[in-house]
Amino acid sequence: MAGRPAGDVILDVRNISLRFGGVKALSDITFDVREHEIRAIIGPNGAGKSSMLNCINGVYQPQEGSISLRGRTFSKMNSHQVAEMGVARTFQNLALFKGMSVLDNIMTGRNLKMKTNLFQQALRWGAAEREETTHRRVVENIIDFLEIQAYRKTPVGKMPYGLQKRVDLGRALAMEPQVLLLDEPMAGMNVEEKQDMSRFILDVNDEFGTTIVLIEHDMGVVMDISDRVVVLDYGRKIGDGSPDEVRANPDVISAYLGTVH
Amino acid sequence: MQTTFPRLLLDHAAARPGAPALREKEFGIWQTLSWSALAELVRALAGGFAEAGLKRGQHLVVIGENRPRLYASMLAAQSLGAIPVPLYQDAAAAEFAFPIANADVAFAVVEDQEQVDKLIEVRATCPKLAQIWYDDSRGLRHYQEPGLASLDALVAAGRAFAAADPGFFEREIALTKPDDVAAMFFTSGTTGNAKGVVHTHDTLIDRARAGARFDKLTENEEVLAYLPPAWVGQNIFSYAQWLACGYVVNCPESASTVMLDLREIGPTYYFAPPRVFEGLLTSVMIRMEDAARPKRWLFDRCMALARRVGPARMDGKPIAFMDRLAYAVGNLLVYAPLRNTLGFSRVRVAYTAGEAIGPDLFVFYRSLGINLKQLYGSTETAVFVCLQPDHEVKNDTVGVPIEGVEIKVTENGEVLVRSPGLLKEYYKDPVATAEVLGADGWYRTGDAGFIDASGHLKIIDRAKDVGRIAGGGHDGALFAPKYVENKLKFFPYIKEAVAFGDKRDKVCAFVNIDIEAVGNWAERRNLPYGSYADLAQKPAVLQLVRECVEKVNADLAADERLAGSQISRFLVLHKELDADDGELTRTRKVRRGFIGERYQLLVDALYGGRSEQFVETAVKFEDGRTGKVAATLKIIDATTFAAVGKAA
Repeated sequence: MAGRPAGDVILDVRNISLRFGGVKALSDITFDVREHEIRAIIGPNGAGKSSMLNCINGVYQPQEGSISLRGRTFSKMNSHQVAEMGVARTFQNLALFKGMSVLDNIMTGRNLKMKTNLFQQALRWGAAEREETTHRRVVENIIDFLEIQAYRKTPVGKMPYGLQKRVDLGRALAMEPQVLLLDEPMAGMNVEEKQDMSRFILDVNDEFGTTIVLIEHDMGVVMDISDRVVVLDYGRKIGDGSPDEVRANPDVISAYLGTVH
Repeated sequence: MQTTFPRLLLDHAAARPGAPALREKEFGIWQTLSWSALAELVRALAGGFAEAGLKRGQHLVVIGENRPRLYASMLAAQSLGAIPVPLYQDAAAAEFAFPIANADVAFAVVEDQEQVDKLIEVRATCPKLAQIWYDDSRGLRHYQEPGLASLDALVAAGRAFAAADPGFFEREIALTKPDDVAAMFFTSGTTGNAKGVVHTHDTLIDRARAGARFDKLTENEEVLAYLPPAWVGQNIFSYAQWLACGYVVNCPESASTVMLDLREIGPTYYFAPPRVFEGLLTSVMIRMEDAARPKRWLFDRCMALARRVGPARMDGKPIAFMDRLAYAVGNLLVYAPLRNTLGFSRVRVAYTAGEAIGPDLFVFYRSLGINLKQLYGSTETAVFVCLQPDHEVKNDTVGVPIEGVEIKVTENGEVLVRSPGLLKEYYKDPVATAEVLGADGWYRTGDAGFIDASGHLKIIDRAKDVGRIAGGGHDGALFAPKYVENKLKFFPYIKEAVAFGDKRDKVCAFVNIDIEAVGNWAERRNLPYGSYADLAQKPAVLQLVRECVEKVNADLAADERLAGSQISRFLVLHKELDADDGELTRTRKVRRGFIGERYQLLVDALYGGRSEQFVETAVKFEDGRTGKVAATLKIIDATTFAAVGKAA
């Protein structure tokens, strides 16, 4: 996108291979993500997109290769530690607390930043009350940003799917992440919802300067909002570059449309 | 005592500096701006405008939802003797071009990126538009447009300006005279180009105060500002009367939270066009239909009682003891909780205007114990002409002329008004001004009506719309299209209706279904549908609409004068009538003539006796793109009835 400064490499993925028993999910994947950019990982079903995200996120530990965040390399780290390093994510199939309100769901994203203990919080005693005010302000800012004020007190389970996706994004934003991983943010959405979500992703990137890595099945939307795109197929990287370069790449075309035999 | 809006502001800030003037819900909390804080904000904005070059007599365009800083901008402009021109925030960019070019506007204050984008587009045709300030900076960080700046920057510049010349603000305010122009409103205009209606401080404040005295409004009222600020009604209720009375105006968090905010604020003084009351009733009815059987039974019983007892109770008439008791039980179980759900618990005075309200709809709210009344007025009369006094409310009249107003009816039935609140002129249009404003001071409203025996004004329709049936069984009978349409629109399933019949042998109608109500109805009957157009043509839906039409016909047949207006044939349109397609005005009034021309094919099919008609229509989407919708519409014959009653 024009106008946004291309920064230094913030996330560096080197020669990652991931196997589940005999199944090779990822083999020898290398790419980097620059600060403030929107980086997409695309590919057909089963290409290894979610596995890749899970490696960055610390859910899976790859057998080979390394991932470094701002120069700090890690190969064995759990998702909690990754989160503390400033990486937040959303989920393809939503992992929200259905019975809790939008406000409370987003507040859970502040969990890592809360210093007071359970006892203090239960009694809203001393520092706990001040802390809640501070966190509530951040959460309200996000609610305002995502334009879900009308649903603040609504249980998430009662909301339309498109809006639940927005809440999921809100919770990730509540962590004030440096890197935001989005797992198929537009899956199952109609055209209008996709447009809304695209606008929010661009706005997050623009307003907060958040680096965004997103996985997407739908090529059309991704090409419009991404700065650079990685293409995976059967666990291998088959393309990497600007949307135009990727679109012109014959391997990518054949992976998506099939080759003529 | 004659005064101006900025002087009223200074009076409030001096007399009650800490009292709340405006509230805005932001970040989930109602944030209050006191009168003194507001005065300081206006002082800073005025300084900023002056420095940017806004001069006495120039126009400042204001576009956006109800936001405190937009209100403050209007006050700041008036402080300098400049004239705020609020425009409809949901209008397309092209619609801004005419007013901006017409009034040589160089300065604009807008709410957000959406409005900025539209003005940048307008700039191509209006090069004089030099400065645009925005309230909300979101998404505007990378805009390089010349003359584009945030209100924050303007306020900062204005503070420095005011510090350098502390007496400037008060000096400028003192220079503005009560008979100077205060504001200009562009009327939506059911025909032709919008006209700029010019009002002075005197005309607006006089009417605002007359209305306030009529209903004994005080500084303790709470008002929710949620209608477009460009509409004169909204401007009177949350600007002119706000400053005249000094009450609190509350700005909702966003357009989608209005219902929640209404409940939280619980306004004491409320104003809405009939469509808002219609929408509220529809939402209640939908929820009641989804409710469990015992609840529905209770609701139906209580509402039947309310319809019987409620209106008499509101009129202060004596009620039998048993009815009083039953009503009290109903109030405890249904009416009070319902009022609370609707946000009307504290309403002392509620008005509806802008269009005629369906009698059944009106009675519904009155029977719940809500003091809903009607008023009569227009942009040109600064709203207040006739109001209904408490305890003297009738469904079919719009009340008595209030202080300062004289009314007379011409021989052909048109209502004329003389009052201190009449417009000064139409901007740059002496011909149009002369057409409506005679040298003797009478204003031609264009409405047909008469004063009834008890001194109330009754409006039937627009004078030019009232027609006659020609030929057929009702030759020469009166045809009041709006009266028929309103009757149809009272049904929750019908969103809009357009009736034709003038100089024709029978009445035919287009109907728009209400997608929410009919969709819900279809869902409960397991009736699948693909789209609006698909749902509209389902045989079951057509039957549903037919039942509504026939009920209206039975109603019309009860009045001899209106029996000729019964609907013989109708069709259900394949798309919603939309202001973006020019079919409705921005205040959502049906533009009957335009629709008749646009859908000539359908009108011919209705009168030509065809049973269905294929039609293809171009539609304009909100982002300016266009597309086409096509459908084959079935045409339905409805039963009409012989006139049964004498004229009421």
